[in-house]
Amino acid sequence: MRRHVYALIDCASFYVSCERAFSAALHNKPTIVLSNNDGCIVALDSLAKKLGLKRGQPVFKQQEIIRQHGVQVFSSNYSLYQDMSARVMNVLAAFSPRLEVYSIDEAFLELSEQTIEDLAEFGRTIKARVLQYTGIPVRVAIAPTKCLTKIACELLKNETKYEGVVDLSAFTPQQLDEALARIAVEDVWGIGPKYARFLRNYGVATARDLRDADECWIRKHLTVVGARIQAELRGTACIPLEVNRPPRQSIICSKSFGKEITSRAAMEEAVCTYTARAAEKLREQDSVTARLTVFLRTNVFHEDAPQYSNSFTLDLPYPTAFTPELFKYALKGLHAIYEEGYSYKKAGVELSRITPLPVVQPDLFGEVSLIEHYCQSRLMAIVDTLNRIFGRDTLFFAAQGIARDWRMRQTMLSPRFTTHWDEIAPIT
Amino acid sequence: MMDNDLTNAIFLGTVSAGFPSPGDDWREQSLNLHDLVVKHSFSTYFMKIAGDSMTGACLHAGDIIVVDRALTATHKNIVVARLGDRFTVKRLWMMHPKLYLRPENPRYQPVEVTNHPDFEIFGVVTYCVQRVR
Repeated sequence: MRRHVYALIDCASFYVSCERAFSAALHNKPTIVLSNNDGCIVALDSLAKKLGLKRGQPVFKQQEIIRQHGVQVFSSNYSLYQDMSARVMNVLAAFSPRLEVYSIDEAFLELSEQTIEDLAEFGRTIKARVLQYTGIPVRVAIAPTKCLTKIACELLKNETKYEGVVDLSAFTPQQLDEALARIAVEDVWGIGPKYARFLRNYGVATARDLRDADECWIRKHLTVVGARIQAELRGTACIPLEVNRPPRQSIICSKSFGKEITSRAAMEEAVCTYTARAAEKLREQDSVTARLTVFLRTNVFHEDAPQYSNSFTLDLPYPTAFTPELFKYALKGLHAIYEEGYSYKKAGVELSRITPLPVVQPDLFGEVSLIEHYCQSRLMAIVDTLNRIFGRDTLFFAAQGIARDWRMRQTMLSPRFTTHWDEIAPIT
Repeated sequence: MMDNDLTNAIFLGTVSAGFPSPGDDWREQSLNLHDLVVKHSFSTYFMKIAGDSMTGACLHAGDIIVVDRALTATHKNIVVARLGDRFTVKRLWMMHPKLYLRPENPRYQPVEVTNHPDFEIFGVVTYCVQRVR
C-alpha cells in the first residue's frame, strides 16, 4: 500500500504575528486584534491569553485589563493579513507541488511522493524557512492522514515540549493512544456539534473512542462522512488534498455597521454596497447567480431597544452577475422587509444557486439578448479591472452611496506595510 | 495637422495595414525595475529610511530600501535589525566573536550587539531607491 504523508502548517495567532512582523515595539507586549467594527477580540497572542482575555469577548468589557497591562489593540488590517498569507503560502509551495490553502492561516502539504528521511527535521526546516522569510511563526503537524494532522496540531497547541513541530507517524501505538485520548470528540476535524452530542450520548467522548468504535455502527449513524473520519483516525488516508478548490456554492457579504442605521435611504446604500461586493466575488469565479437573499437585524446586545430581524429571498428570472440587475432584486427584497422605527446593526446579501458562466441558457423569451449579455459582462469586466488596478471603489455605483457613514469602524488600524507605498515602515 | 496634435495620440495596438514590423519576431518584454531589485518576491519588503545615521552609505531620509529576508547577513552587509522595541538600519560588523551595528555617520556611535538578549536581524538591504529631483 502506498504510504501517505501530510503536513498541516498552521500560523500561530496569525493576525497578531502579522502586526508584530513590522512593529518592533510590539515584541513581548500582549497584543490583540479586533473584529470588524472593533467589536470583539478575534486574535490574541499567548501573553494576552495569560491575562485572561479570550477570543470572541466583546472588547468594551475588557477595557480595564487592557489599560492596566498596556495591551496593544488593533483593528483587523485585512490588506496586510492577506498579503502576508500569500507570502507564507508561496514559501510553503517550494516544499511540495501539492499544496492546499485551507484558510488564511492554514495549509496542507502532501509529502507522499517525496523521500524524506527525517520528517520531523523536514518540519523544522519548513518552520524555520517561513519564520525567516516572513517573520510569521508556524506549527508543523505531520501525520499519515489529514485528519491526524489536525489531531497533531491540537497536540502542538497544548504541549510546548514539541516546540511547534511533531510527526505522528513516529509515535508508538501507545503514544498515539494517549494523544488521541486527550482530544475531545467535538474537536475532531469534521465532527460537528450535532454528531458530537450524539456520540457523547453513546459514551464516545474522545478521538480515541471514535477511532475504536464499531465501524458498522459509525457508518449507520454518521453516514459515510463519519466512516471516512474514522478511517483517517485509523491511519488510512481518504480525504484527498483539494489543490484546486471548487467554486463557492453561495456567496455572502454581510457586515455590521459602524453606526446603526435608522433610515431607509442609508439601508439601501448599505444593501447595494454588499450586493456590489458579492457580485464582484461572483464574477471573480466566472459564475452567475439565480437566487438572492437580503437580511437585516437590529442590535441584539441592546436588550431594551425594540428588536427586529427578517430576511427575504428572491428567485431571479434568469441567472446573472450584472451588478445593476442584482441591485434591482436586492432593493425589491429590502423593501419587502424594511420596517421604520428600528435601529439596525447589521444587514447582508447572500447569492445562491450559483452556476458557472458557460452553461447559462440564453433567456428563452429574449428578455436579455445575447448582445446585451455581452455588453453587460464587458462593462463589469472593465469596472472590476479598474478597481483591481487602482484600488477598491475607484469605480462604484451611485446607489452604494458616497459618504457611507455606516461603514465599518476601524479606529486602530495599523499601516498597510506591504501593499501601499505611503504606508511602508519607517526605519531609523 | 499641427505638430503638437501628435502629443495627444494614443497607440492602442499594432495596425494591420501597411508593412509588418521587421522587428515583430524580436519582440521582448520591456525592462522592469522590479525584476532587477526583487530576487525573492515573497521574502522581499520595502521600507523607508527615517533618520540620518546611514548618510555615509548614501541612505538618506525618505529613500526606499529593498530588504530581503531570504539572505543570510554577512560581515559588512547593511541590515535591518530589531533592537529591543525598535527597528534600525545599520552596517553589520562581525569581528569574531564580537558583533556590532555600525552607523555611517560620525555623529553616531556603533552599538555592540554580541549576545544581546533582544536583537534579531530582520533582513539584508539589497537596493536603495533614491529620488534625485
